Amino acid sequence: MAKNTSSNVFRTLDVDQYNEDNYKEDNDSTDPAALGPNDTLITSLLAANKPVEALTHLLSGATLGIKDQAARTTSLTLAMRVLMAIKVSQIDDAVAQLDNESRDVLMKFIYRGFEVPNEGSSAHLLVWHEKVFTVAGVGSIVRVLTDKKRV
Amino acid sequence: MAAAVQKFGPGGPIQCHAWSADRQAIALSHNDKDVMVYQQTGQKGWKETSRLDQHDLRVTGIDWAPVSGRIVTCSQDRNAYVWVKEQNGTWRHTLVLLRINRAATCVKWSPEENKFAVGSGARIISICYFEEENDWWVAKHIKRPLRSTITTVDWHPNNVLLAAGSTDFKVRVFSAYIKDIEQKPAATEWGAKMPFANLMAEFSNSLTGGGWIHSVSFSADGRRIAWVGHDSSIVVADAGMAMMKLKTNFLPLLTVTWISPSSILAAGHDCVPIVFRVDPSGKISDGSKLEEDKKVETPITANAMRMFRNKDRVGQELLDSKLATTHQNQITEIRILRGSKSQAEAVSTTAGDGKLCIWHLRDLATTFEDLKL
Repeated sequence: MAKNTSSNVFRTLDVDQYNEDNYKEDNDSTDPAALGPNDTLITSLLAANKPVEALTHLLSGATLGIKDQAARTTSLTLAMRVLMAIKVSQIDDAVAQLDNESRDVLMKFIYRGFEVPNEGSSAHLLVWHEKVFTVAGVGSIVRVLTDKKRV
Repeated sequence: MAAAVQKFGPGGPIQCHAWSADRQAIALSHNDKDVMVYQQTGQKGWKETSRLDQHDLRVTGIDWAPVSGRIVTCSQDRNAYVWVKEQNGTWRHTLVLLRINRAATCVKWSPEENKFAVGSGARIISICYFEEENDWWVAKHIKRPLRSTITTVDWHPNNVLLAAGSTDFKVRVFSAYIKDIEQKPAATEWGAKMPFANLMAEFSNSLTGGGWIHSVSFSADGRRIAWVGHDSSIVVADAGMAMMKLKTNFLPLLTVTWISPSSILAAGHDCVPIVFRVDPSGKISDGSKLEEDKKVETPITANAMRMFRNKDRVGQELLDSKLATTHQNQITEIRILRGSKSQAEAVSTTAGDGKLCIWHLRDLATTFEDLKL
């Protein structure tokens, strides 16, 4: 075979970007600084042993669709801390207090938490999942799967 | 309870269906390239009268015009055919050149039946009308600002405005005014200037993305549109850009229609029609299913050997894959059988299980509060 077929650098070219029929998504720029003030508030609430309030603040302030991976990881670790801090007996009340939007965001965090399991986290998350599912139903899980803007 | 459940021959899932004006005949497609026309014989029988088989690929949309009696079908083979019934009962077809390079996904006759709209995967809506002097159907394209496949279209009662839902998570209202065949339309709530392909309104399904739009429906007076998306939501919007979204607890809905000025009927992956009340401010209340879950009978005589065999093979003792609803698969289309969008008395649903069910809303209204029309 000829020498020029030995190079497979061409496989790293993304030819799809040149196809003008491609669907280009809306580019909204989300402000990553918006998470900042919440972080300190939430950690202080956790330290003050008020995890349920920390949860409400976390969910109402969560911004979806951030492109920056580091920011997403920090928001996930914070969310996991809050979720783990709430005891099983408190979960029912915590879920009942939330409104529909927050429950959808909570479900998204739960599924993201499943993706990166730490010791004992998945079992606790499963309890969370069951409690949110009884209130929000299959619809919330469908929204985790279909919403383009991931948490 | 659904009044009538009908299975047509050995056919597979029914993708789409349309009734004739007198409701004695139905045209449907069993998820393949043929359109079957069945005629009602006597009380319960249906006889196949014609098979319309001009398409090469799967038929995706059928619509039967009530006044002129013409059927239009569109398919994945990028074509649409208009069928006219001759005196001797056969159907004569006319090819419509849509000039698209992808599959057609949906088709609807306009209220006055002088044109029809075809949505397609080519990111184009083709508005087709009949040109007398050349004796053929001409297609005009709506291209901007469509960016993805059109999945559903619905006409406004004024014969000019068209709502289109698409896989870019948006619903848009366009003007499909063809000056060759109709008068200039009067101004509506959606706007006064309506040149062809003008975008009158655009709604985004959700700020978080939202899921593909599966079905869109104009209300009877044309002031509001309702749509369902794959994020298990149902939304009602009006011309003033006010949008009321209800995120349901059900599986995604696939088809929606107004059955009265204040209620919507939708159905989808939950295999049962669900009715939603809409109050005057546009707020949608939680839906109620049209039938209660039927108790699935598990045979008590399931013998021990079968039980252990199942446990070994599948992991559970009793295999009960029968759903607790009349339909056993997702409902693909709802059509109003008797009545209209302002007062529907009976609707028909077709589903992936190959069944056609008829629901008498009047009778069901006694059992369900939400259904009071």
